[in-house]
Amino acid sequence: MTTAVIQPKWMTFGEGGTALALAALAILSLLIAANAHTSEYAFHAYLFVIASGAGVFAIVNRFYGRPADPPLQMIDGKPNYNMGPVKFSAVAAMFWGIAGFLVGLIIALQLAFPVLNFDLPWITFGRLRPLHTSAVIFAFGGNVLIATSFYVVQRTCRARLVGDIAPWFVVLGYNFFIVVAGTGYLLGITQSKEYAEPEWYADLFLTVVWVVYFLVFLGTIMRRHEPHIYVANWFYLAFIVTIAVLHLGNNAAVPVSIFSPKSYIVWSGVQDAMVQWWYGHNAVGFFLTAGFLAIMYYFIPKRADRPVYSYRLSIIHFWSLIFLYIWAGPHHLHYTALPDWAQTLGMTFSIMLWMPSWGGMINGLMTLSGAWDKLRTDPVLRMMVVSVAFYGMSTFEGPMMSVKVVNSLSHYTDWTIGHVHSGALGWVGYISFGALYCLIPWLWNRELYSLRLVNWHFWVSTIGIVFYISAMWVSGILQGLMWRAYTSLGFLEYSFVETVEAMHPFYVIRALGGLLFLIGALMMAFNLWKTVMSGHPASSPAMALAPAE
Amino acid sequence: MTTHDHNIDKVTGTPTTGHEWDGLQELNTPLPRWWLWTFYLTIIWSVGYWVVYPAWPLLSSATEGMLGWHTRTAVVEDLAALNVQRGPLVAKLEAASLDEIARDPQMLEFARAQGRAAFADNCAPCHGTGGSGAKGYPNLNDDDWLWGGKLADISQTIQFGVRSAHDKSRAGAMPAFGRDKILKSEEISEVADHVRALAGLSTERGFNPEVGRKVFADNCAVCHGEQGKGNRELGAPDLTDRIWLYGSDKQTIMDGIRNGRGAVMPHWAGRLNPSTIKALTVYVHTLGGGEK
Repeated sequence: MTTAVIQPKWMTFGEGGTALALAALAILSLLIAANAHTSEYAFHAYLFVIASGAGVFAIVNRFYGRPADPPLQMIDGKPNYNMGPVKFSAVAAMFWGIAGFLVGLIIALQLAFPVLNFDLPWITFGRLRPLHTSAVIFAFGGNVLIATSFYVVQRTCRARLVGDIAPWFVVLGYNFFIVVAGTGYLLGITQSKEYAEPEWYADLFLTVVWVVYFLVFLGTIMRRHEPHIYVANWFYLAFIVTIAVLHLGNNAAVPVSIFSPKSYIVWSGVQDAMVQWWYGHNAVGFFLTAGFLAIMYYFIPKRADRPVYSYRLSIIHFWSLIFLYIWAGPHHLHYTALPDWAQTLGMTFSIMLWMPSWGGMINGLMTLSGAWDKLRTDPVLRMMVVSVAFYGMSTFEGPMMSVKVVNSLSHYTDWTIGHVHSGALGWVGYISFGALYCLIPWLWNRELYSLRLVNWHFWVSTIGIVFYISAMWVSGILQGLMWRAYTSLGFLEYSFVETVEAMHPFYVIRALGGLLFLIGALMMAFNLWKTVMSGHPASSPAMALAPAE
Repeated sequence: MTTHDHNIDKVTGTPTTGHEWDGLQELNTPLPRWWLWTFYLTIIWSVGYWVVYPAWPLLSSATEGMLGWHTRTAVVEDLAALNVQRGPLVAKLEAASLDEIARDPQMLEFARAQGRAAFADNCAPCHGTGGSGAKGYPNLNDDDWLWGGKLADISQTIQFGVRSAHDKSRAGAMPAFGRDKILKSEEISEVADHVRALAGLSTERGFNPEVGRKVFADNCAVCHGEQGKGNRELGAPDLTDRIWLYGSDKQTIMDGIRNGRGAVMPHWAGRLNPSTIKALTVYVHTLGGGEK
């Protein structure tokens, strides 16, 4: 820094525009808060006032502190990556993850011991369960996806993120949406659609955030300094685009009034059910599968230091996966009012989806050929590989459960819960943990504090997952068989309440599994905290590996 | 851009695509054959399934499939099969009187099976899965009956309920002697001890049998009888048999006297069909305490 010339400084279009838009939002929110029909809605309106006001303040404050020129795209021929939003999202992911796992443990215990509802409406199972699912999927998973996508797209395009305010608007706006959604659950604001409970105003805000996310991601790809787009970015882009389409389709609603949190969905009856599960299934398909496959495609080859197994397989399985997944939703509505033809299509497309899903597993596992020995020494890589194994298991189980005869036994039972959690804890959880164990040291340029602790995390949570899913398999199949058991005279063998009673021991085992998983995540948070705080710079900037023991 | 013209990966001997991103490369491995063929097989299987079952939407209908299978016809067939299995006995049960059912071992077994299933779904939430009751909900396994334990009595209770919304409901409630200021606190205490004495239970020190007996005779005997033996016409429990609906401790008894009792059993006529109610009647009658 040798120059001291004072240059005239102007707000950029992005700064000024965002500040004005946020100021307008603050005024609108204040108006809504003053006229809100319910106090819960007024509370949310005040949250919007505070958040958008804080946003305006932050932009103006940052303006006075920043240099006159915009950040450079390149420094000494190397891309000047924008890692601030990535760091924020990575930390947020860890925070929401622990919150979401904790709520999961609480509701598991509530199922085993209903007295733990304490007769308080805010913490009853009915409100905490969607809080749990949204916290782990959207708050934890979503932040992992945003953090890794912003990291990966920059590194594999050798380009700085597009936009100055925009990437921060995405991460902060997304996390603000999570606060609104989460408090909404506790206050009882819901439109009663699975994975899409937040009401119209939260949905509208998320739409704006998501479109900006899409533009930042796409803009960065367009600014790339590589001739080709890396496979991980295909998956991220498919995830971002499809989630936008799903979100808009499933949340098409008419609010009662701008001053009321209540809205009515434009779809009705079986059409509503079909749109809901088109959305619900593809939230699994494009959020929890495509998005996390993108993570897999960057972090596994990076950590294993091996090339991706097969480029051809990645192309074929990418296109077949995204083409087939979008049809599979009706398998959530077998034996309902949904027409038979739609049920058939849902089931057969699920079956055809089996191999496209396994294409990702093959590419993930076989990338380790020539590096299998690293599984012994690197628990982070082991976690990601086990994650791919869980992915393979649950993407076989899913098509199997979509077959109507299997579904007639498994549907509405705990088997479904077990299936979801082998995917959620095993696949999504472990690939996210692996990515964060890589990402945090890279972002802060630190040596990971303790690989030994990662090893403990791995084993404690693996035992937890095994407890969880095996308990749910047994209880689910038991439940399904009890529901359909007939006596020789043609009457039902068991009443519903007897089947509930039979579930109790498995609910206790499941809660134990959840506790172990949570303990593992706490170890991880401690480990990452110590990593960032320790101040030991990494020996090699890319990654530093040491034996576990 | 970093390109290496078809580099060969040393470990596997497979060429890469020649591109590199942030140090990452991709091998140009062909598709695994087993993967490809399994994928083809699932597609072939799906096409076959579409031919056989309803599958593709048309303008105003959908392809029917060669089997002509349909969820609704499948349900109708299942119900028909069930009807073949149990239909004759259901018809026999519908035609027979309660006494006839009780005399015929085959009908009795069938009615008990049906009653057990219906009980578990409709009655167990209050009376417990085995009919053993709970505080305020009578045990149906013993021979102590509030409203009568003959087949006809049980049938009437199930059909019309107790203090229910039905016109023919069994009626009669224990008044709230304390709340409605009919009895004073001391009188309630004395009569509660008297009730315990009737059942042969210990009484509190200072209990005055004379006062207790007099309060009982003036206020309680009209329903519960001079000796406290109860009255099934009014649903007034026998106080001497040591079977207690709410509890035998003095505090619980005083609560009942002070605030009255009036638990409700819903009526099931119109909600369950007559043969199910018959089956339930027979089932409850045979739980252990049915009277002739």
